[in-house]
Amino acid sequence: MDISWFVVLSAFIFCIGAAGVMTRRSPLVILLCLELMLNAGNLALIAFARMVGNVEGQIFALIVMVVAACEVVIGLGIIVAMYRRKLRIDVDDLSELRG
Amino acid sequence: MFFEQLLFFVFAAGALGGALGVVLIRNPFYTVLALVVHLFSLAILFLLLTAAFLAAAQVVVYAGAVMVLYLFVVAYVGGSDDELTPKPHGTAVALGPIFAAAVAIQLTIAVVGSGLTALDSTGADVGENFGSPAQIGEALLTKFLLPFEAASFLLLVAAVGAVVLARKRRGLHEPADAVSVSEVLRGDGEAKGAAR
Repeated sequence: MDISWFVVLSAFIFCIGAAGVMTRRSPLVILLCLELMLNAGNLALIAFARMVGNVEGQIFALIVMVVAACEVVIGLGIIVAMYRRKLRIDVDDLSELRG
Repeated sequence: MFFEQLLFFVFAAGALGGALGVVLIRNPFYTVLALVVHLFSLAILFLLLTAAFLAAAQVVVYAGAVMVLYLFVVAYVGGSDDELTPKPHGTAVALGPIFAAAVAIQLTIAVVGSGLTALDSTGADVGENFGSPAQIGEALLTKFLLPFEAASFLLLVAAVGAVVLARKRRGLHEPADAVSVSEVLRGDGEAKGAAR
């Protein structure tokens, strides 16, 4: 398979994730869409690592996975805290920090 | 060669379908399951790119651990089914898909029309063990030791942060007539309990 197929696929997945972030309102689903975007980035990184024949791109993707896991843990912690305080789980209602 | 192409198209369709499912399905529970499909398909694509270790990590860490965490939170919080129904605000919501389509077209043109001739090859010649755990581990513990340690520290910080964020705050919900351990030890607890 040509490498460009993989890169184009990752571009599509990234755009689907971006559309989800813009249109959905539940922070849970927005986190999932962020995962989509991060995974698209990973796919591109690994495709380019294969193209160059160098393992460093794969290390980069592995670190991205670690950061994504951290982001998920903190995000879900915030959502659980919101639920505990009986706030609505809706990003449009949480506008206190808007300038 | 044909088998490889077949695998690519089947699992590329799986990855795209899973991604669309994440965005379009309303029930958060099924959204998470769609993401699991997406992640499995991506793991197969990683295998096609000879990234065996990353494919395994993708299945174990993402499709396994992270998604179970998501499912627990979805079960705990519960999702609203009606979240795509309007609240009629939002040129942003209406423009989102258009913007995404524009970016997709632009990125595709950029990739296909780029001057990188290597993009249209199947990649450099790599040995049998390219992307094997041994190679990844060697790179992590020699050239990338500092990022490796930083990542472990980041994971520790995230774990502590999650506990701090999600723990029960003591003192907020405690009933007024709760009996504390020290009172029981002093013998007050029984008197208090009897008075109740």
